[in-house]
Amino acid sequence: MPDYHAPVDDMVYLLEEIFKADGVFAELPPYSEVNVDLARTVLEEAGRLCSNVLRPINLSGDIEGCRLENGVVTLPKGFKEAYKAFVEGGWPALSLEPEYGGQGLPRTIQILVDEMLSGSNLSFGLVAGLTRGAVETIEAHAPADIKSKYLPKMIEGTWSGAMALTEAQAGSDLGLLKTSAKPRGDGSYTISGSKIFISSGDQDLTENVIHLVLARLPDAPPGSRGISLFLSPKFLVNEDGTLGARNNVNVGSLEHKMGIHGHATCVMNYDDAQGWLIGEPNRGLNAMFTMMNAERLFVGVQGLGLGEASYQTASAYAKERKQGRVPGGKETCTIIEHPDVRKMLLTMLSFIEAARALTVFTALEMDKEKTHPDAEVRKTATGLIALLTPVIKAAFTDFGFETTVLGQQVLGGHGYIREWGQEQFVRDARIAMIYEGTNGIQAQDLVLRKLTLDAGAPVGTFFAFISETLAQAAGQPATAAIAQRLKTAFEQLQATTKKLQAGDFANATDQNGAANDYLRFFALVTFGWLWLRMALTTIAKGEAANSRDKRKLALAEFFTSRILPQTASLAEQIEAGSKPLMALESDAF
Amino acid sequence: MKVLVPIKQVIDANVRPRVKADGTGVDLANVKLSINPFCEIAVEEAIRLKEKGKASEIVVVSIGPAKAQEIIRSAYALGADRGLFVETEERVEPLAVAKVLQAIIAAEQPGLVILGKQAIDDDSNQTGQMLAGLLGWPQATFASKLEVDGDRATVTREVDGGLETLALTLPAIVTTDLRLNNPRYPTLPNIMKAKKKAIDVKKPEDFGIDITPRLKVLKVSEPPARKPGIKVASAEELVKDLKAAGVL
Ligand SMILES: Cc1cc2nc3c(=O)[nH]c(=O)nc-3n(C[C@H](O)[C@H](O)[C@H](O)COP(=O)(O)OP(=O)(O)OC[C@H]3O[C@@H](n4cnc5c(N)ncnc54)[C@H](O)[C@@H]3O)c2cc1C
Repeated sequence: MPDYHAPVDDMVYLLEEIFKADGVFAELPPYSEVNVDLARTVLEEAGRLCSNVLRPINLSGDIEGCRLENGVVTLPKGFKEAYKAFVEGGWPALSLEPEYGGQGLPRTIQILVDEMLSGSNLSFGLVAGLTRGAVETIEAHAPADIKSKYLPKMIEGTWSGAMALTEAQAGSDLGLLKTSAKPRGDGSYTISGSKIFISSGDQDLTENVIHLVLARLPDAPPGSRGISLFLSPKFLVNEDGTLGARNNVNVGSLEHKMGIHGHATCVMNYDDAQGWLIGEPNRGLNAMFTMMNAERLFVGVQGLGLGEASYQTASAYAKERKQGRVPGGKETCTIIEHPDVRKMLLTMLSFIEAARALTVFTALEMDKEKTHPDAEVRKTATGLIALLTPVIKAAFTDFGFETTVLGQQVLGGHGYIREWGQEQFVRDARIAMIYEGTNGIQAQDLVLRKLTLDAGAPVGTFFAFISETLAQAAGQPATAAIAQRLKTAFEQLQATTKKLQAGDFANATDQNGAANDYLRFFALVTFGWLWLRMALTTIAKGEAANSRDKRKLALAEFFTSRILPQTASLAEQIEAGSKPLMALESDAF
Repeated sequence: MKVLVPIKQVIDANVRPRVKADGTGVDLANVKLSINPFCEIAVEEAIRLKEKGKASEIVVVSIGPAKAQEIIRSAYALGADRGLFVETEERVEPLAVAKVLQAIIAAEQPGLVILGKQAIDDDSNQTGQMLAGLLGWPQATFASKLEVDGDRATVTREVDGGLETLALTLPAIVTTDLRLNNPRYPTLPNIMKAKKKAIDVKKPEDFGIDITPRLKVLKVSEPPARKPGIKVASAEELVKDLKAAGVL
């Protein structure tokens, strides 16, 4: 099985040269002691753990899968030991609150570690990711006694977290959910209902599993305004923090699924389980949604991480596999000499490195949003994050999946054979397009809500960044072609955006039908913007440009000439409106 | 008992080294550098001695160019207590290193010095032995097991055809082999603490030691490329060829 090498150098390049992260951290009081040097050390060590401990159990975990016997879930061989190493290393605490034992590092470092976890072993990485989501939700909304009872153990990693939203009849539309919560009179609640698809609903890595469950109070209004959030642990917790009786939180079965076989996806039954209210009654969705941006960024990064993993194997393979000859050649060549194979690898790489750049950009905005002393800066950051979250979630997982398919294709028949690991990446990447809000729902969020948020202010701010980079490129002959291609696509994007915001297509049906294409359009232009920024950085270095800088310039050239023009087609597709989509009667399908 | 662990920064074991175009050495620009794996084992062994209550303080020492200071932090992250860095941009040879260490040992008075058996960049495998010679201390090289009891150390070493066990009176020099232990991963809290910890930085002159190289490197070159193999038709032919090559 191929190795995984954490792409620390590229991460550090982005932090240091593209986003000048030292300057950003210096302005954020809690992170005043954080710098790129510390980030590099942390990333290198996390990378070592991912390469040496998590990657070796990725394929074996996929083959073995999870088991449910007599109500007990067992993860594949080696997961327990790996989790122990992960917890002993203090990794679950990385970006969490120091008040409860967290290390308080910026989200920017966390999200880069998340990329490595996803790339080396997504099934494993999800356990830590879900716990973090639960911790952040509890931190933001729970009363003090619940925080001090649950957070230290969760942050330490001895207890894990699970998010229980979905029910058989309630997926994208959570307003339909039925699980009920009745007051017991002692401040706690009785929770009854069944949830499906619950990631990490149970496992054998941690002593306790803390479920955050969406349910309805007896007097709740119907729909999404009548949903409350509850905490319901697998084992009840005594006043002194020790574990008490087993709560009635039970695994009904494990889902049999396409990928992430090393991760337990559970049908959960809450059979009169005891639970505690988190946040205000009937405000459960809002409480969940405070964590949504972070969770969606994390899911997006799963697509990126798996794409990177697939690329590593594909590029190494292409440099060794000999088939065919170059035109006029006498000897068999390695397949990397073939233009079509190169195109696959470049398509992969130009997505991966632009996506990583957008990850760092957005995560830095999240760190600003949380800690910048200036309210104006925080507000701008909030808008940018709201805008970019659905783009990252959907585009990274769509392109990430496509990247893993290309990485599979580069290996020919071996791409389809298990031991090479490429087909596992394809299967594992597929789920990220579905959970945490399907990519279809992300596109709806972008077009229906985010484009018109604050009268379009965030989209205006973001577009101003692109204009600014284009202005910087003016008069730079070395990047003139790259800038011109971006300018063309950007102008089209602005025109389409206007139509969706307030023009011809500003109605629910056209917006719904355009959303998916628009999100892809938006993402491609965003990647083009980041490639221009990287290209300009290379040019600014002049003679001092090193081999990585030159590679970046070549990738910018490739992306803007061979991938970005897809935006013209997307613009035209959107232009056709929703009419062709609605022409057939539903019965005709 | 104080344990002193001299450590060296080398080209990372996973990097494919490339020779500089002018043949003066290995190109280290933009290449990942790490703590020498045998030195890491030495640090780990010292930490285990401390955990067992056999050592009270772990002092790490490194001699090298300014950027090699990083490895003192790596050792801090693993659990070293104090670090001393001797900065020089000059190429240092084992004898110069041993002399600097001798001076440091005179000041620090450790009960035990654990070094890697060799550094994976130049594979000299000399520093520990030279240091023992300069100090007149007992030495046990290539240790695969180390036990300390009072003022005695018992060292198992891997030799051709088996294991040899030596008893040494402390203070002594021990050099580590690959199987001595499996170094731990640093924990995140320790990595962060390590960043803030002070490093005592000195120059070779501070010890009055001349580190000018005594050897001149004439040329560094890549090993010759492997010649392609040949296919033989039969076992007889193989035996004949092997005999002709003088290996049978
Ligand atoms: C492996 C796995 C792990 C999961 N983990 C968890 C978990 O930990 N916790 C949890 O609560 N849930 C979890 N889920 C559930 C997941 O979040 C849902 O499956 C997802 O949100 C989609 O819901 P659904 O399956 O009901 O699909 P539906 O909502 O039925 O959607 C079907 C299709 O219709 C589209 N669609 C729906 N509404 C609209 C609309 N308004 N406009 C346009 N298109 C629309 C969707 O995009 C989709 O393509 C998990 C699922 C899987 C498979």
